Amino acid sequence: MRAERKQSPVRYGVELDGETDFAGWRKAARALVLNDVTPDAVDWSAGGDGDLFATSTALPDVPDGAAFTVPREFVDRAQAVICHRDPARFALLYRLLFRLRRQSLLLRVASDADVARLRELEKAVRRDIHKMRAFVRFVKVGEDERYVAWFEPDHHIVERNAPFFARRFAGMRWAILTPRKSVEWNGGELVFGPGAKRSDAPSEDATNELWRTYFRNIFNPARLKVKAMQAEMPKKYWRNLPEASLIPDLIRGAEKAAEEMIEKMPTNPAPHHDAVRTRHWSTPEPEPDASEGADATSIAELRDAASHCRRCPLWKDATQTVFGEGPADARVVFVGEQPGDQEDIAGKPFVGPAGRLFDTVLAEAGVDRSVAYVTNAVKHFKFEPRGKRRIHAKPNTGEVHACRWWLDRELDLIKPDLAVALGATAAQSLLGKAVPVTKMRGNIVTRDDGLRVFVTVHPSYLLRIRDENEKQVERERFTQDMIAVGRLMNAG
Amino acid sequence: MAVLSTREKLAILSDAAKYDASCASSGSKGRDSSKSKGIGSTEGMGICHSYAPDGRCISLLKILLTNFCIYDCAYCINRSSSNVQRARFSIDEVVRLTIEFYKRNYIEGLFLSSGVIRSPDETMAAMVEVARRLREEERYNGYIHLKTIPECAQELIEQAAGYADRLSINIELPTDDGVKRLAPEKKPETIRLSMARFRAKAEEKAEPTLRSRKRQRFAPGGQSTQMIVGADDTNDADILATSARLYGSYRLKRVYYSAFSPIPDASRVLPAMKPPLMREHRLYQADWLMRFYGFGRDEIVSAAPGGMLDLSIDPKLAWALANRGLFPVDVNRASREMLLRVPGLGTKVVGRILDIRRIRRLRIEDMGRLCASVAKVRPFIVADGWTPGALLDGERLQARLTPKPAQLSLF
Repeated sequence: MRAERKQSPVRYGVELDGETDFAGWRKAARALVLNDVTPDAVDWSAGGDGDLFATSTALPDVPDGAAFTVPREFVDRAQAVICHRDPARFALLYRLLFRLRRQSLLLRVASDADVARLRELEKAVRRDIHKMRAFVRFVKVGEDERYVAWFEPDHHIVERNAPFFARRFAGMRWAILTPRKSVEWNGGELVFGPGAKRSDAPSEDATNELWRTYFRNIFNPARLKVKAMQAEMPKKYWRNLPEASLIPDLIRGAEKAAEEMIEKMPTNPAPHHDAVRTRHWSTPEPEPDASEGADATSIAELRDAASHCRRCPLWKDATQTVFGEGPADARVVFVGEQPGDQEDIAGKPFVGPAGRLFDTVLAEAGVDRSVAYVTNAVKHFKFEPRGKRRIHAKPNTGEVHACRWWLDRELDLIKPDLAVALGATAAQSLLGKAVPVTKMRGNIVTRDDGLRVFVTVHPSYLLRIRDENEKQVERERFTQDMIAVGRLMNAG
Repeated sequence: MAVLSTREKLAILSDAAKYDASCASSGSKGRDSSKSKGIGSTEGMGICHSYAPDGRCISLLKILLTNFCIYDCAYCINRSSSNVQRARFSIDEVVRLTIEFYKRNYIEGLFLSSGVIRSPDETMAAMVEVARRLREEERYNGYIHLKTIPECAQELIEQAAGYADRLSINIELPTDDGVKRLAPEKKPETIRLSMARFRAKAEEKAEPTLRSRKRQRFAPGGQSTQMIVGADDTNDADILATSARLYGSYRLKRVYYSAFSPIPDASRVLPAMKPPLMREHRLYQADWLMRFYGFGRDEIVSAAPGGMLDLSIDPKLAWALANRGLFPVDVNRASREMLLRVPGLGTKVVGRILDIRRIRRLRIEDMGRLCASVAKVRPFIVADGWTPGALLDGERLQARLTPKPAQLSLF
């Protein structure tokens, strides 16, 4: 970097050591801005292309103790933008720096003309870097496995981009040649050198033919969209892409190829088709149990029948039927509302947050979970999708009624002493009518068939309470309910 | 049968793979070869190394291990009744092609799928072996996407996820009825269960293990799926409902929509027509609105008469035109949620508007510097120096904002 003092009014000319001399720009810019030199009084140039006839002033000294901090973001973005080929970039960056001193939030004003220009240059550099990563094509030379590529970037990006290639192709020896700069990776470090010519790089190797075979066949002529291709892969890159020579012919032949695909009459099945059918698909799939478990003699049979349940439409959106679980001779059956998100995924009841709370409370109440059977009034998860989540939706009377078929059969097979209705839906299903749970809580209702039903809340109710004190109170009440259930079990 | 060369197999097995839309190499964890001195890296953002004249990105070497298949899915070129020429790569050939292509910087990685031969387990095991050899023997750190076979054993899925960046299972068609009709051997229930198991396992592995306190690698790029659009008569409303369900239930990274494309030697039960490319495009836009713009599926569908998205205008504009009462939106006061609903304002621009607003007020000239096309935005906003007046109410607004159909093919 070289700076000279110009004649009055005081002008400064800064000549940087190269197109991407960020350190030099930073040093000069710092000295200038700390002396309040206005942007219009500075001429910037890079390596030798400065105005030879201009006389310039040497950079002013940095005043003692003067300091100026810029947002880290500015430094990062300036390092990218300095790679742009626009000769005005140095001045733009200085103008932004100068303005940042007075307006520290300037970069947040995206609609400011200078900030908008910064974004534009940054985007161009980023795109150029991205396209280099995409379109560099290595050609293998010699038997010692050296890979050489020729690439023509729009901006001064070779140094900025080289580490990417070193990280990716660490185990290879490679070089990338460009008109202004070249870079080589020897396996341990990056070595930069002067620009090269296209003829310095080899242009073909045998694998290119395989690549062209792939390119030709992965193209679907029925989907011709030439503009979409060119927007992302402009023609300027084509001359260095081995596959690009195929493009004109592929485009020309596309319409005909697509027409042929459509018009070609379907032929008869391939000769081996019958053999495949016989070998793999000759045993017919067992038909889903049409009796829907009516004659099931065990919980396992019943569960199997329920897995194909179509008694209401809830199966359509759910993953699977979540059937009850527990010993077939359980003394007590706990009935919840319906499986939730995690139960639907796991295929097991009471494994989600409410289920875990339920387990904890049961343990605290001294109820032996291993002699209990847990199930739900409705056996498919009903929900509304909300982005990446599913929001629980309450099953309606029709769905509860349809699913009662399964609950009745579960109770018939298990013949428990006691059923516990956890929440309103379970109570409705067990008692055949809607009952007010808060009023009935702790009551035991004996059904016509003699089954005693203990009514309480669903553990998910406890999870929804926001107020910590209230939550504790309700949790204690629920624990008391479970202790009561435990007593009833033992008394039964 | 004559012995096929690798090049001949490549021609057959890439042709057989091209109806799979996904070619994404994004969304995985950052890693590179600096330490291993092997080859390959993924740094978050995917890279498209070439583009075919169909406008689709070529990021991955997308091939089938074999196009022999015991399934007979009507829409698939590889169905067992099809007369297409068959081929089968050896595991070694796939490994070599991947490495040779990667070293020349043609690709970001491998997307391996396969027809099902003999049994789902045997086929899946062969795909896992390709991935294992790439990772363990070739010290390859590039991207791997494996298409999994829903019927295969759970252990194979777990092994696959240990090597691959992404796994996918195709849901094939938007409705269970469609699958039953066109892919009679496939079971929608099994596909769902398979997605559910993946999610459960991924969530389990996301927890650091007790011993090493490290997370075990489990397909860091998540799972995706694809459905074919236009092979049956499902409308867009139902397709979007299926997508919403899949995103919500199985945390999919992406749902791909693949316009049904005519295939050589097509089955008689399918429509013989050009692929509905514009419809596919509109579905992607609607999908984006649901995932990044806070639109509910019902809102999008409410502006889609007969359950079909308007092909001539994008779904966001269609919604805005159907809900003009909510506009104009004052860019100096509106909430982020409402700004995101203005046609022509993307998530980035909305972020910038909010930033600027904290510092100063926005004039219409500012909007000109922020938006790609201020003409599209103007009728729907108020800014300092601008109100749309009668522009928003005019009957000709839709006509003015509808792109000229010259370059579009609306089938």
